[in-house]
Amino acid sequence: MSHGSLQPPFFVSLATMASWAILFIMGHVRDLWRARYSSTKKGYAPVRQNYEDFYTRRMYYRIHDCWNRPICSAPDAHIQVMERTPVSGQKALTLTGRVKECLNLGSYNYLGFAAADEYCTPRVLDTMSSLGWAMCSSRMDAGTTPVHLELEKMVAEFVGKEAALTFGMGFATNSVILPALVGKGCLIISDSLNHASIVTGARGSGAKVKVFAHNDVEHLEVVLRRAIAEGQPRIHRPWKKILIVVEGIYSMEGEMANLAGIVALKKKYKAYLYLDEAHSIGALGRAGKGACEAQGVSPKDIDVMMGTFTKSFGSCGGYIAADRELIQHLKHWAPGHLYATSLAPPAAQQILSAIRLLRGEDGSDRGARKLAQLRQNSDYFRGRLLDMGCNVLGDWGSPVMPLMIFNPGKIAALSRLCWERGVALVVVGFPATPLQTARARICISAAHTRKDLDKALEVLDEVTDVTLTKYLPRKPLMNGVKMNGLVH
Amino acid sequence: MPHASEMMAVNTLKEICVRAVFLYIVLSCSAEALKPAKEPAEARLPQHVNATFLVRSVTEEVSYLAKQGAAYAAQGVAHVQRVGIIQATRDAWDVFRPGGQLHPQYLLEHKWNFIFEGVLLLVIAYMFLQHSGPKKKADKPLTEREIDELCDDWQPEPLFSHLTEAQKAYEPPVVSSPPGVIMTVNGKKAINMVSTNFLGVAGDPKIQAACRKTVEKYGIGSCGPRGFYGTIDVHLTLEERLAKFMGTEESIIYSYDLATVPSVLPAFANAKDVIVCDESVSYPIQNGCALSRAAIKKFRHNDMADLERTLQAIDREHRRLKKPLNRRFIVVEGIYAQSGHLAPLDEICKLKEKYKYRLVVDESLALGVLGQHGRGACEHWGLRPGDAEVVSASMGNALASVGGFCAGDREIVDHQRLSGLGYCFSASLPPFLATAAVGALDVLESQAAALLPALADNARLLRSRLAEVSGIQVEGGSREAVSPIVHVRLAEQSKGSAEAEAALQQVVSAALRKSGVLLSVNRMSKLDAVKGGPSIRMVVTAAHTEKHILKAVAALDAAVQSLTKPAGRGSHS
Repeated sequence: MSHGSLQPPFFVSLATMASWAILFIMGHVRDLWRARYSSTKKGYAPVRQNYEDFYTRRMYYRIHDCWNRPICSAPDAHIQVMERTPVSGQKALTLTGRVKECLNLGSYNYLGFAAADEYCTPRVLDTMSSLGWAMCSSRMDAGTTPVHLELEKMVAEFVGKEAALTFGMGFATNSVILPALVGKGCLIISDSLNHASIVTGARGSGAKVKVFAHNDVEHLEVVLRRAIAEGQPRIHRPWKKILIVVEGIYSMEGEMANLAGIVALKKKYKAYLYLDEAHSIGALGRAGKGACEAQGVSPKDIDVMMGTFTKSFGSCGGYIAADRELIQHLKHWAPGHLYATSLAPPAAQQILSAIRLLRGEDGSDRGARKLAQLRQNSDYFRGRLLDMGCNVLGDWGSPVMPLMIFNPGKIAALSRLCWERGVALVVVGFPATPLQTARARICISAAHTRKDLDKALEVLDEVTDVTLTKYLPRKPLMNGVKMNGLVH
Repeated sequence: MPHASEMMAVNTLKEICVRAVFLYIVLSCSAEALKPAKEPAEARLPQHVNATFLVRSVTEEVSYLAKQGAAYAAQGVAHVQRVGIIQATRDAWDVFRPGGQLHPQYLLEHKWNFIFEGVLLLVIAYMFLQHSGPKKKADKPLTEREIDELCDDWQPEPLFSHLTEAQKAYEPPVVSSPPGVIMTVNGKKAINMVSTNFLGVAGDPKIQAACRKTVEKYGIGSCGPRGFYGTIDVHLTLEERLAKFMGTEESIIYSYDLATVPSVLPAFANAKDVIVCDESVSYPIQNGCALSRAAIKKFRHNDMADLERTLQAIDREHRRLKKPLNRRFIVVEGIYAQSGHLAPLDEICKLKEKYKYRLVVDESLALGVLGQHGRGACEHWGLRPGDAEVVSASMGNALASVGGFCAGDREIVDHQRLSGLGYCFSASLPPFLATAAVGALDVLESQAAALLPALADNARLLRSRLAEVSGIQVEGGSREAVSPIVHVRLAEQSKGSAEAEAALQQVVSAALRKSGVLLSVNRMSKLDAVKGGPSIRMVVTAAHTEKHILKAVAALDAAVQSLTKPAGRGSHS
């Protein structure tokens, strides 16, 4: 086993629960003293219910300096972070006016397209001159430009499907497309760790949702068989359609879906497969074509391929790639195509140029080098973290690596210590993760140099020592050396 | 499974039995308590108890009791006849009072008392067993082979729906210039009556220069959600400027218009709450309502009497069920996207104050259009900032950018920073689009006095000219005179939406081909609950001149006439 575990060791689990218990009790004790004044007008229920607000009031505000840190530079390998006043009660943090340069381990800038690029930026600026920056219209009315059409053709070709459709936001691509695919009388079988956008889309679709254990193909089969045999609840009619929804790389775990197993099941049981490649497109595979390429699965076997342009391509928006008929259906059904402002043309041009670069259409091997660099960086960093004894989740090759913290008290400690040492780290806790499994999420970029990575490792080594977050035994530089060498 | 009415009957029977048992027990106990002290009762059990004996004795006893009962009844009737009703009542009390001959105590002291008690115990035991519902016969679980067969049999529907030929054939126009009044459509110049660039700021060289600078400094994407180093200083500037412009404490930006309201509503309303919304609100609001899982009540489009009835009905229902105080919202649009109508916010505001609702207004099409400063419909109707607790709007229209925002009190906005799904779980708005929105706000703040009256005049002109065209119906009355979104339908439009869409598309294509005027058919998703059928949507901006508008109306007129009278002309020639 080359990676860590989501399960905390027994005593860590005990300590974590104790921490939560103390926070909970102290929160309620403080609530007793909380001034009982209420700004709510008479006859109105408070706009934030007491219980909804408890977490924010008593836990989040203690450490809210760890999130929403504003920056004043491109989200590249190094960022300029704007310093804020320290936490003081529940007051909003104000900017001090000072700026600190940090090494960025947080942004989804996998291929290093976040900053101005010698190939992409001039093209983006050209597009801005000729088409402006936004179309003030939906794609169906007057928001379609030649750049959009070219981009959709390119995306379809890149991921290996017949046609594609683009939208202005990745989150909304999931949340508005799922209702256009399935509805009442249909079933969505969703991985238990799917992203909030998928959960939102499934909820908005009116379809019934069943969940299978994370990445557990056997359990998926059990759920599928039972669902087909039993039919719809209460009325016992057969399901109209069954859609399995999985992600290429799970954003909070860094793990890849077992595509081969899922595709085999989907074929056996005639279900449809929806693959969300938000984090894997451009980051996995030798040519950056995502999870299918990395696992040797044909894109033909995946009915709906969804992805976002926010991460690897350094832009915004999302796409759906599928058979021509399905895309045509979506053009008349998807609210994102009919009602929403179309993807900003400069953003579309950025994606187009980035894909061209990856395909080597600029006449250089810069794209291929970026992809290779990302893989090398990711595996080097992951190997070294594991050697140090950090509990890191995820698969080799994945640029997303969660470093397990478990204890809520250590969230702020880790984040603040790293910040003091000039490393911008993303920490995640409840409610984005379950209570017990707070973590730091590191996103590696092709823009990181070896020196950057070594500095980050040095800081993390020290900080995880101080906070006692090395949950695995330290190994003698094995993975690191391996990764340094020829493997992968 | 038992039938529902059977279940009801069983339940009623059960209830009667339980009541009888309790009555009996209560009466027995009270009798016992009232009983005067007396010598211990002699052993009640006969010496030789066996089954035959018991059956025989019980039969005898029952027939005896029946006979006795009949005799008593006859006696009673005769007695009443003899002494009159008052005396008979007194005599009856003498018999039934504690210590009387027919008091339940009699049953207790009777020698077969134990049989009664036993039967009652059995009844109680039976009811305990029945409590968990009627016994189901457990079906044998399916065997693996049966499941395999079921799986083989199952045939799913295709993932896509079948479209009409006209829908399949439709290709949206390809635009290769900024969305100004004159726009390059499919390679030719055309008058743009589609883009909602109300203030004409799209393509503005000053804003463009600022956007270019932003791209050079920050790149295109923000590569992360706001929480994780995706907050860039331009976002903070834009939020501050929007709050100042709207006159609220704070504002929060979302990176997509279609994700704004669907994030805002579920942040505040859950299953216990109530959302009252107009029946023709746009899709994002419908989606937001559905996602919140609140109870959704719809009132007839812009019908204030129906709104009040709805509010009263909710109030009555709430009182009747004695539910705890919940959050209640009225959700409307400043200008309705699907009709171009204005919501009468002055009356809605009075009603929401009266019935203690919070008001959510989607100002997507009204921002930068209505009101003295362009703050939207709330300002137009004389509401103060804060009268509508939650104001949200798209930045894709007058602000000529992409995304949306929500403005309100600190409490309203702060809550969304942790609970707004589209805010927490999505990458933030690309910085250059924030710069573009700030640039548009600059224009709006400095030139509102010139731009907004021009826009209103253009809207009036377009509407008055369209009123003169025959063969069409124009949505909106006097209240909508200033609404720059005009929905036009054919006077004899077919009911089927597919045919109507095809006919309207013919009009739109003809206008573009023959006169160089770009119009659009307002197509609706099947997911959209708004009824009304397709229409042609015309948008007028502050940058249009009288000439443009007259030409557009003439083009529409010509296209409509050629659609409705092609056969007539053909037959004469």
